[in-house]
Formats: sequence, structure tokens, C-alpha cells
Amino acid sequence: MYVRHLQLTDFRSWQHVDLPLEAGPTALVGANGQGKTNLVEALGYVATLGSHRVAGDAPLIRHGAQRAVVRAAVVNEDRELLVELEIAPGRANRARVNRGSATRPRDVLGILRTVLFAPEDLALVRGDPGQRRDFLDELLVARAPRYAGVRSDYEKVLKQRSALLKSAGAAKRSDSADLRTLEVWDGHLAKYGAELLAGRLDLVADLVPHVTRRYAEVAAGDTSEVDGPAGRVAELEYRGSVTGLPEDYGRPGGQRADPVTIESTLLSRLAEIRQQELERGVSLVGPHRDDLELVLGQAPAKGYASHGESWSFALALRLASYHLLSEDGAEPVLILDDVFAELDARRRARLARSVAGAEQVLVTAAVAEDVPAELSGARFDVREGEVRRAG
Amino acid sequence: MYEGPVQDLIDELGRLPGIGPKGAQRIAFHLLSAEPADVTRLQDALQRVKEGVVFCEVCGNVSERTRCRICQDTRRDPRLVCVVEEPKDVLAVERTREFRGRYHVLGGALDPLSGVGPDQLRIRDLVSRIGTDEITEIIIATDPNTEGEATATYLVRLLQDFPGLSVTRLASGLPMGGDLEFADELTLGRALSGRRSV
Repeated sequence: MYVRHLQLTDFRSWQHVDLPLEAGPTALVGANGQGKTNLVEALGYVATLGSHRVAGDAPLIRHGAQRAVVRAAVVNEDRELLVELEIAPGRANRARVNRGSATRPRDVLGILRTVLFAPEDLALVRGDPGQRRDFLDELLVARAPRYAGVRSDYEKVLKQRSALLKSAGAAKRSDSADLRTLEVWDGHLAKYGAELLAGRLDLVADLVPHVTRRYAEVAAGDTSEVDGPAGRVAELEYRGSVTGLPEDYGRPGGQRADPVTIESTLLSRLAEIRQQELERGVSLVGPHRDDLELVLGQAPAKGYASHGESWSFALALRLASYHLLSEDGAEPVLILDDVFAELDARRRARLARSVAGAEQVLVTAAVAEDVPAELSGARFDVREGEVRRAG
Repeated sequence: MYEGPVQDLIDELGRLPGIGPKGAQRIAFHLLSAEPADVTRLQDALQRVKEGVVFCEVCGNVSERTRCRICQDTRRDPRLVCVVEEPKDVLAVERTREFRGRYHVLGGALDPLSGVGPDQLRIRDLVSRIGTDEITEIIIATDPNTEGEATATYLVRLLQDFPGLSVTRLASGLPMGGDLEFADELTLGRALSGRRSV
């Protein structure tokens, strides 16, 4: 799929902008603070209904404006769909498809799919587990939108259950009424938790081969003599808080995770640690306590990988997502936001080669020299609130 | 900011659910220009709702007397009891004109975040009602959200051991008059797992 046209009104720094796009590579070049990232952020918003930079919607609206409008014409297998989103804080956002009647914004999910790589992604390797969980869950939702509901149900149940643990633990009483309601929340936590966990485990199993392959591609030639000519192998290990699950869950070639098995395992784990949970007043097992470990050779990437290796790993995760989504169906739009400046010449060239064949790649860069020759397609200059075609 | 009483009225109205600052202002100025008789009527209604309305001692619904009209109505089937969260849910079920049994209003749903447990709901009254009345079926009609579902599960566990009592839950799934293609995955998924043979 590719975006044929993007139009923004009062979005971030843009009062109004019309950007005709085409398939293949496109570079957006402009000095810092001219609004390059805001353009690709808008596309990310159409794809995920969220921003990769801020949590709420309010900062997305141009200062002083009441609402922002994003229009994107998306071409998927020769069919064009026009998505319009109106973002207004304090009110429900509205969406329209092909100028039809207004629908719920979530109904436009899946029309545009993007994979966005930005400097912030270094936190996937170095940051806390929450960021890696979000990475998995977002990819899960992109593959199967149903998981957006599972995820939000799980979070709601988790909040309620934790509140109950806290109050029951603080009161130092475990009379039967409290325990009885706790059992109810346990049941719901296990049900939604098992679904989410099964989704994540299967996702990891599918993702590992892609990550290994893309890391090898991006990092080829980085190897020192110690590692041998093949270099170190990048892999993923799902570190779950729910112990006692079959060993091969979440491993490539292993069996698919069964939600029913996970649900009963999670339930019995909850029963085992009940006392501990009451004392500490927190939910101690479940997908919200898990981590995705990034392994390089024999060691975890976090703490052991060099700066360059960390970059390569973060990049490999995004490229792997891109290839996984392409394998599932429509090829997503690949967005590389300000990344070439961060990479050395060799990595730059390898990354460019690796993505040059994508249906649509949008690259932002501060100076034209940062854009590799392999990605020299259309070029736009972004300056002083205007976007001009430059080549 | 307006002066004195007008601003006081706007502030008070603004604290009501569903009324924002603009709405509060509009209502306040409407009252200011309304006939004194109309304002007195509203005043009386407000007074009466706090003094006159009591909760039915049997079902917990809002009522004028100690027993509400539905609980007094001998034509209603005493064997069927529909359990709902709020009095406004009673009205919603009544509008269907399908249900000829009686009600039990819990006064909310399990919500530990707001400190609501089984003791804050009228669950004990429900259990003692089942013990004394000739109830044979409990229909659980709590909201299909996180809290409502938890309450339903809790009630099912609590009531499953009563001999001769059947416990049912409202079906959840596709809305009537809707299109299958526009149903969201969650609703459609539920409708699939709750399908029935025809």
C-alpha cells in the first residue's frame, strides 16, 4: 500500500499543507524545527490513532486552533480510500472514509498500516520492559485489531484487581467476601491475560526469524574476530512471569500457544501467590509483568550491546515488523524518521539497500546528504511552513 | 464571572452530570427569565425528590412508598427476578414490555477502584429474598463492561448452590437492525461464542 496524498489542517506546526506523494522512496528534507516529523507523525496517527511522540491528543493540535484535521488518500492494491480524521481534545474524535458518514475512529484502523522507525526506538533496546511490551502489543494490534479490545479489557481488570488487593491487604483481613470477589477478578484476569499472552507468544515465535535475518543484514561486517565471520546472532526470548507453561511456546517452530492452557496455568499461579500479592498489594503475575529479552549471541543486548549494535537491533525490530506485516498481507508504508544521521556510512548503505525495494518509503533528514543514493526518489524541501517539490 | 446569586446558580448547575459550563449558563439565564410559577414548580419537585422518594424495601428501586409499584403489582410473576445495577436500568427493561417478573436493584457494580465491594451493594438483600420468596429464576442484567461482568460472575458463583434456582445472564452480541460487516470484532466475537442453535 502507499499514501497518494496527505493533507493537514491545524496539525502540530502546520496550519495547512497539501502533500502529493507517490510509491517508492520519498525524502522530506529540511532544517530542524521545520515540521518534517509532524508530517510523518500524522501518517502514524492515521495508522494507529496515536502518536509515537506523545501520549495524549492535545499536543497534536496547532497552538490556538480548536481542532486538527488529517486527510490521507491510501492506495491498496489499486483501490483508493480516503481517510479523514478530526482530532478535537475534550470531544470524541471523528472519522470518515471516502466522504461517507462519520464513523468511529477505530473503524479506520487497518486502512493504512505503517512501520515507523525513529530515534526514540533506541529505547526498545535500552529502555525498561514496558516499552518492549508496548512494541509487541502494538504489532499484535496491527496484525489483528481484535487485540486492542483484549488489551484494554486486561488493563481495566488489572486496575480493579490491584485496587482490591491493596485495600484487602491494607485492612489485614481476608474475610470470605473479599476473597470471593478476588476470585472473580482472578478469573477475569486469567481469561484476558491468557488471550493477550497467547497472542504475544505466537507473535514472538513468528517474529524471531525475521529479527535474526534483518539484524544480520543491517549489522553485516560489524563482526569482530572473536565472533567469527557470521557475526553474532540476534534473537528474542519472551520472559514471562507465568511459569509452568510449555517450553516451546513463543519459540519459532514450537507449538502455537493455547489460551485455555495458559488460562488454567495463570489461575493456579494466582492461587499459589495469593498471600504474597495480598501482602504487597500488587498483581505479581500476568502479561503486565513480562519482558521481551533481546539476545545478541549469548548475552542480553541491554547492557552488553555497543551503541552501534543497539541501533542495529532497534532497526532490526522495526524491519522485522515490516516484513512480518508484509507477509500477512498488505505491505505497510515504511517511515524512517531522522535515522540516517544517527548511522555510520556502512549501516546507512546497508539499511538503504534493505528497504529500497519497499512499496513506499518516507525518509526525513535534516540535510540532503544524509539520504543515501539508493533512496533517491522524490524529494521535498520542508521550510517555513511550506513543502516544495525539489526533485 | 457573573455576580452573586447568578454565578452561584451556574456553579451548582455545572456540578450536575451531563451539564457543562455553557449548558449551566444557559439553564441559569432561562430560569432567571422564567415565570415565578415555573420556578416554584421546579423548586417543589427538587424538594419532593429528596424528602418524598424512598427506596423500595424489597427491590431497592426508587419509589414513593415503602414498596414500589412493581413489587406491589400482583399480576407480576414473583418467580422471576431481574437483577440490574441502577434504577434507570429497571426503566430500560420495562420499556421492552417483555419482562413480567420483578426486579432487584443492586445500586451499582463491583468496583474496587471506587471502594465498592459486595457489602456496598444490595447483594445480601437479594440472597435473603431468594431464601424467603418463591423465586425460581434470576436473570442477571448487569452492564456488559468490566465491572458489570465481574458482578455477574460473582453473583453466578454465589447463587449456583441454591437448590431449584436457575441463574441466567442476558445475551450479548449483535444489535438489531445493524449490519454484520460493521460490527466490531469484540461484539462479533462474543456473538459467535454465545451463538445458539435454531
